[in-house]
Formats: sequence, C-alpha cells, structure tokens
Amino acid sequence: MKFISKYRRHKFATPLLLLFALFGIGLTFSVASATEAPTAVDAAARSTLIAEGQQIFLKGCSSCHGLNGEGAAVGPSLIGVGAASVDFQVATGRMPMQDMSQQAMRKTPVYNDEEVAALAAYVASLAPGPRAYTNEEIKWERDGNTADGGELFRNNCAMCHNFAGQGGALTQGKYAPTVMGVEPKHIYEAMITGPQAMPVFSDKIITPQEKLSIIKWIKAAESEPNLGGAPLGRVGPVTEGLLIWTFGLGLLIAIAVWLTAKAR
Amino acid sequence: MTARERVAGTVANYVDERTGAAKWMRKNLQKVFPDHWSFMLGEIALYSFVILLLSGTFLSFWFDPSMQHVKYEGSYQPLKDVEMSAAYASALHISFDVRGGLLMRQIHHWAALIFMAAIVVHLMRVFFTGAFRKPREFNWILGIALLTLGIVEGFLGYSLPDDLLSGTGVRIAHAIIQSIPVVGTYLSFFAFGGAFPGYVFIPRIYIVHVLLIPGIFLALITVHLMLVWYQKHTQYPGPGRTEKNVVGYPLMPVYMAKAGGFFFIVFGITAFLGAVASINPIWLYGPYTPGQISAGSQPDWYMGWLDGLVRMAPPLETYLFGYTVSWNILLPGLIIPGIIFTGMALYPFIESWMTGDKREHHILDRPRNVPNRTALGVMSLTFMIVALINGGNDLIATHFDLTINQIMWFSRIGIIVLPPLAFVITKRICLSLQRADREAVLHGKETGRLVMLPHGEYIEIHEELSPEKKFALTQHEQPKAIALVTEDNQGVLNPKGIRAKLQARFSAANAENIAKPTASEVKELESGKH
Repeated sequence: MKFISKYRRHKFATPLLLLFALFGIGLTFSVASATEAPTAVDAAARSTLIAEGQQIFLKGCSSCHGLNGEGAAVGPSLIGVGAASVDFQVATGRMPMQDMSQQAMRKTPVYNDEEVAALAAYVASLAPGPRAYTNEEIKWERDGNTADGGELFRNNCAMCHNFAGQGGALTQGKYAPTVMGVEPKHIYEAMITGPQAMPVFSDKIITPQEKLSIIKWIKAAESEPNLGGAPLGRVGPVTEGLLIWTFGLGLLIAIAVWLTAKAR
Repeated sequence: MTARERVAGTVANYVDERTGAAKWMRKNLQKVFPDHWSFMLGEIALYSFVILLLSGTFLSFWFDPSMQHVKYEGSYQPLKDVEMSAAYASALHISFDVRGGLLMRQIHHWAALIFMAAIVVHLMRVFFTGAFRKPREFNWILGIALLTLGIVEGFLGYSLPDDLLSGTGVRIAHAIIQSIPVVGTYLSFFAFGGAFPGYVFIPRIYIVHVLLIPGIFLALITVHLMLVWYQKHTQYPGPGRTEKNVVGYPLMPVYMAKAGGFFFIVFGITAFLGAVASINPIWLYGPYTPGQISAGSQPDWYMGWLDGLVRMAPPLETYLFGYTVSWNILLPGLIIPGIIFTGMALYPFIESWMTGDKREHHILDRPRNVPNRTALGVMSLTFMIVALINGGNDLIATHFDLTINQIMWFSRIGIIVLPPLAFVITKRICLSLQRADREAVLHGKETGRLVMLPHGEYIEIHEELSPEKKFALTQHEQPKAIALVTEDNQGVLNPKGIRAKLQARFSAANAENIAKPTASEVKELESGKH
C-alpha cells in the first residue's frame, strides 16, 4: 500500500478520487434503479417495432399517405397524428379504406393487434402526437358519472350522433356513425384525435374525467333495456310514423274490410 | 214472459212515460246506413279520439305543466340529479314511477298518430268519391277544420313533455312565428311571454292542449256527426240505390254491434302498440335546453311534410324598409300550408264552379269516372309525399347510403315536377280503367278459357256480366263541357269575360271521358250474339 501513501499528496490525487467516487455513485445508482436496464432493451424492441410498422406502412398505407407518411393527393399527412389516431382508424377497420367514398366506414379490421401496435409505433415515431390507450387504462366504470355524461353527450355529441348515439347524417354523404358497441378506448381516442368529420375535443374542452363520464353514459345507453318496448331503431318519429301507416292503419283497414264483408 | 223481460219492460215503460223517448228511439235506431269498409275510416278517427280523451285524462292526473327548474330525483338513474323543468320531471315520473303510466303515455301517443292517419284516409275517401258535393260542403269544411286542429293539437302534445325533441319542435314553431313580416317578433313575445323559451309557454299550451282544443273538437265532431245523421250517408252506386234512398242495414242491431265492436278493436290495437312498441322515449332525449339538439330531430308524421318543406326551402331573405323577410321560413312554414289548407276547404265550391254542377249528390262517384278530380287528388298527395320524404332526409341518407344533399335536390326538383306528372299519369290510368269497364260491359269478362273451333280457330270465351254489375258500371252520368259564350245573340260580350273562358277550359277537361256504352250498343250486342 505504499503506492497510496506515496501519491496521496499528488496534485491529481483529489480529482482522481472525486472521479472514482462519482463513477462509484453512478454505478451504484444504475445498479440500484432496476428500471434502467429494461429501458435499453425496450428501446431496442421499439426500434424493431417501428421497423415492422414501417414495413406494414409501406405495403398497406403508403400508396395514399406517401412513402414517409407525408400525405398525397388522396390521403392526408400522418406526421404528428400520433398513435391514438392509428389505433382508432386501423383497429376499427376504417383504415385501410375499402373504397374512395365520402367516409371510411367501420368494418372488420385488416390488421391484428400486433400489426396495429407496430403501425402506431411507426406513425408515432414520425412526430409526437397523442398516444394510444388500452381499454384497461380507460377507467370509465370507476371514474365516470352517467348523468354528467348524458349532459355532456347532449351538449357535444348528440347533434351529430343522435340523442341515443345511433348516428346521423352529415353533408355530402358524410355521416356520424353509431357509438353503440364501440370499445371504450376507441371512443376516447376518437374524442382526442377527431377522426374524419369529427372535431377534436381537447382536454381543455372536455376534461379526461368528463370523457370517462361520456363513455359511461354511452355504455349505459348501450346496455339499457328498451323500456317502452320495441325500440324502432331509437331514431325518433320517422319509424313511429312508418309503423302506424303500415301495421297500425293497415290492420285497422283490414278489419274494416272484414267487418263489412258480405256473408257468402 | 221471463222475469228479465218483465223487469226490462217495466223500466223502459217508466222511462218512456216520463220522456216520450220510445218514438224518437224507434225512428232513429232503425236509421239505415250503407255498408262499405271505406265508410268506417272516419269511425277509426272517432274511436281514437275517445281513446285520446281517456288516456289523456289519466296522464293529466300526474303531469305538472310547469317550467320551474327542478333536480330529478326519480328512479331513472341516468338522469339522476340532472336539472330539468318540472314538466319533464313529471313526464318521467309518469313513465317510471306511476303504475301503468308508461303504457298510458304510449297509448296516448300511438292513438294520436292513428287519429291523424285515420282523418287523412277518411278525407281521401271523401275526396276521391266526391262525397263533399252538395249538400255536404259544410261538413267538408268542418272536416278540414278538424284536420287542422288535429295537427295543432298533436304538435302541442308533442311539445308538452319538454324533452329535447319537444323543445326542438317548439323552437321551430317559434322561428315560424318570428318569420311573419313586421309583427312576427311581437307575436313571438306575446306567445312566449318574452324571449324564447321563457317560463309561460308550457303552462299556456297545456291548457290549450287539454281544454280548449279538445272542447272545440267535441263540438265540431258533434256537428260533423249530426250533419251525417241529418243529411244521411252517401252510398256507392248499385241496383236499387238512388239519390232518394239509402240501402243498407239499420243502426240497431247491426251497426250497434259493428261499430261497438270496432271501437274495442281500435282500442285493442292501440293498447297493443302501446304495450310492445316504444314511442317517444323521452328519457333518452333528456331535458330541453336551447343549446342542445339531436341529429335526426323530426316531428310526428302529420307535421313531417311541413318539416320537409322547411328543410328543402332555399336560403331566401330580403330586406325591406328595415325589416328582414325570411322567405326560407315564411314560404314553407306559412304561405304554402296556408294555400294548401284554404284550397282544400274551398274545393267543393271550386269544383262545382268548374263543372257547373249545382245539383245534390248522394250517390258516390267511382274515382275512375271523374278522372280530373282523381288526378288532382293524386297530384296533391304526391306533393305531400315528396315533402314528407324530405322531412326524413337525414334518416334516408344514413339508412340507404345516400347523401342528404342529393335527397334535398331530388325533393326540390321533385316537388315541382312530380305532382304534374302524377296528374297526367293518373288521368291516363282513369281513362284506361273506363275503357276496361266499357269492354267488360260490351264483351263480358275474359275467362281465360280457350276453345278451338272445328276449323282450327281459337277463341276465348267471354262471360257476360250480371245485370247488377252492368248497371253499376254504366249508371253514372258523364259530364258535358260548358259551351263558351263569348257574346250573346245581340252581340253583347259575355260580362264574365276571362272567368267564362276559364270555366269553359276546366269543364272541357273535366268532360274528357271514354264514352260509356249506351243502351242501344248493349242491346245490339246482345241480339247479335258476338
């Protein structure tokens, strides 16, 4: 240990010791906080996911949205739309579009969950945007309030989606689809991304808590039994009028004919 | 004589000795009515009116016509603690917390739809058969008044629960009132007691809905029926039926049984609908606030045509002397309905002027024998149906993958083009049917039986019509055109001028018919054994 004694007054001794100490602390910290190590692994997996997503994108999406998601004549730019948008559009089957009609309709999804996640990761890597959610994260049953949700729904949603969430017509063949039978995360993502003709409902306009209330009201309307009998589509007086002119009056006239039929 | 007969006889005698009712009853209970299914359409309206009175009385026990703000504390959880009017809260209370309340509400609403539909088909029957002709013009006008009142009454009932759909309808009514030039704003302040929606509207329309209009209804229906009684019922042509008699069955027992039974059938069907089919689920709509609206908000069907007209109106506005005239609301909301209803009410007089026919008529027309009137009726219905279709344009768009703009343009063009087309087509169909009648009278009914003659020729056997049938097909008289008199034999110009010309044109068009077989033609064929 002469070595230590000999150089302990050396002019580099203190800085060197300081360096060792810092290195030691850093090492201890990195060992102690176990989350650091998986991050490195996740980053690697993430870059693979992004690469996979890019491959899917190039095959399935780039013909309309451009090779780098920059947009083209028929498809808008996807830079900055975020993973939430991809998760909503692709996982509900709206994208890729079936045909160039006014609006992408809901259909059986083309990609499975892993492929959607890869696509979302790729699009999210282009520029930051709203992240995707899982159904477990949307705690509507715990944090929502049905009555508040109903008020919010009537204030913000019913003018397009109808009072009972059955959907309605917009201009030029566009339409607001039904919100019945939609996964909670997709309702949430639709509100934060504003897909197609729908406006964005930012967290300042409708707080995350209120969004959960809206979802809770939608789910309540979905599972509510038809208290008055056959719902007739829950679309208002048009179907009621149709029923009265066909079944109601039809039957009454048939009975009038029967009552006045001559005995043979 | 059984004990029961003895008791009944004693009671009847007791009443008769004090009122002298027996003579009156004997006369009126034997009154004869003709039998036809189309004569029962008005009855459907009458019976659904009775159902409306009964179910409406039930609802009025709990309904609170007040626009006071309350917090909902009833049993429907999705609206718990929501702020609403007392009217809406009590309508929810009826639906969820009153035994049988929802059923009664639904019966009341379905009965209203049946009531209006029955009035319309009854009106169509009266129009197409010419039952409105002298001496029944006043009863026709009463009918139009009942139809108009029915629309108003139905709309008020639709507005009372103060749910989101009701309020939207009231909002449109408010806009229509405001669209009246110059006085519209004042009228709307008058009706709503200030700015929309205010606090007085629901209490006001409540009393109009449950007292004023039903009272007028009762009075008008009574006069309507008394006139039918007094003027006697019209009948379809047939052997033995003349302008001076009525062929049918007596009121007692035949029509007592038929009409009484029919009432219970109408009630049964209404109650069935009320039990199995949801109508106006107000709890889903939520309370009305002026800031909210639902996609696909429609009125009930009898107002649907009006909504359709408003929806298709182009955005026209003019500014005159500092006043805004909103033609886009005024025209479809007031002017066109005004023309339609005035025209309908005056039609008996218009037709009598056009044809120059001032005689009494108790035998009904077969619609084909009056092609002009029938065509006019179908033309008007086409107008209404196009308007009604446009009233549901948003639902048609979503359910049939169309665009709402296309439907609107279809309606805008269709409402001008289709009614005249319908007129021409209907008139041609009527004339073809007349031709078919003529054929049937002259050559009999085609039996479809083919016979080969010995020399190889095929003929189809025609079966001669029965004399009764021949009579029914040929009894009507065919109108003759009024000759246009431009000047009399002194060379003086006809003082009627353009009116005479118009009348001559109309009556000439009215006289366009296929000549019915004459007696000599029939005789010739019968002797010749075609």
